[in-house]
Amino acid sequence: MSRTTRLRLFLTAAAVLAAAVLAAALIVAAEQLPGFGGARHPYGERAVAAGLARQSANIVSAVNFDQRGFDTLGEESILFGSVLGAGMLLRLARDEHKRRPAAEPVLPTTRLFGATLLPLTLLTGGYLVAHGQLSPGGGFQGGVVLTTALHLAYVAADYRVLKRIRPLAVLDVTDAIAAGSYAALGLIGLAQGAGYLANTLPLGTFNALSSSGLVAVINAAVGVEVGSAVVVLLAHFLDQAVEVTPRRRNR
Amino acid sequence: MTDTLIVIALLLTATAATAAALTRDPVRQAVVLALLGLSLAVLFTVLQAPDVALSQLGVGSAITPLLILLTVRKVNRRETQPQEGDDDRPDRAE
Repeated sequence: MSRTTRLRLFLTAAAVLAAAVLAAALIVAAEQLPGFGGARHPYGERAVAAGLARQSANIVSAVNFDQRGFDTLGEESILFGSVLGAGMLLRLARDEHKRRPAAEPVLPTTRLFGATLLPLTLLTGGYLVAHGQLSPGGGFQGGVVLTTALHLAYVAADYRVLKRIRPLAVLDVTDAIAAGSYAALGLIGLAQGAGYLANTLPLGTFNALSSSGLVAVINAAVGVEVGSAVVVLLAHFLDQAVEVTPRRRNR
Repeated sequence: MTDTLIVIALLLTATAATAAALTRDPVRQAVVLALLGLSLAVLFTVLQAPDVALSQLGVGSAITPLLILLTVRKVNRRETQPQEGDDDRPDRAE
């Protein structure tokens, strides 16, 4: 038996053993879980009770921005960091230049589709962000829908129109400010002696727009952050696909 | 009734996911991925998780396929560029 064959055999055996141990651990861990679709939801019942105590109508938002606010702060930072990284990688290199995007022909039906859906989608996105603490949706979902709405301009017209309605320099700064404001909002609880990201704001009336205290505020900040982050991310990709071409001097 | 819907949504998701894995052309794969995102959104809705379904719909069936399509377009253009006369800058001294 050669050395590489032996090594391969050893690695296969190790992988099979590791998979078996992992499978056994997962089975043991999942044994105590309530069954699929059953009537007993130990975690759900506690989350609903805690959410209702803070006047939050949308329990998912209450979990995301109040009970597990610190986890969501981490997720927001991941999004912010990945957009930052993509922006760094896709920046204009020294051997590239931008060409002006050309006007592109669009079918009249496509133009009508875009012109009709753009305001509707904007409205839907705004609604999802604004009602995140009350109904399904929230900052993340609404932010993505707002971005999609903006990019319908690219589908219905061309890149020049999208560039005109997309204030990229403003959104760059907005993204950073909104991401930072989430971390800063946590300090309110700290200042009042309750702990970082604790929900100490006035809770308001149940099922009103201003209810649920910190949840509504963080939800709005996340909406702004996600909306501008995804626009900035797509802008870098679109620039690369539409505008940036390599210089051919040294070929 | 709900169980039937869950089974249908699960089968739809499994079919779309298998199709996405078996598609070789990235452009077609982006379209199949959008369909997979849609069927996952249906599955989440049937399982009473509308929040997750909305995220899935936005990211999985709109943003991700768009990013893939844009990347493919960039890569293809770089490959075909020598034959293409789309560069109007005067600074090319070949």
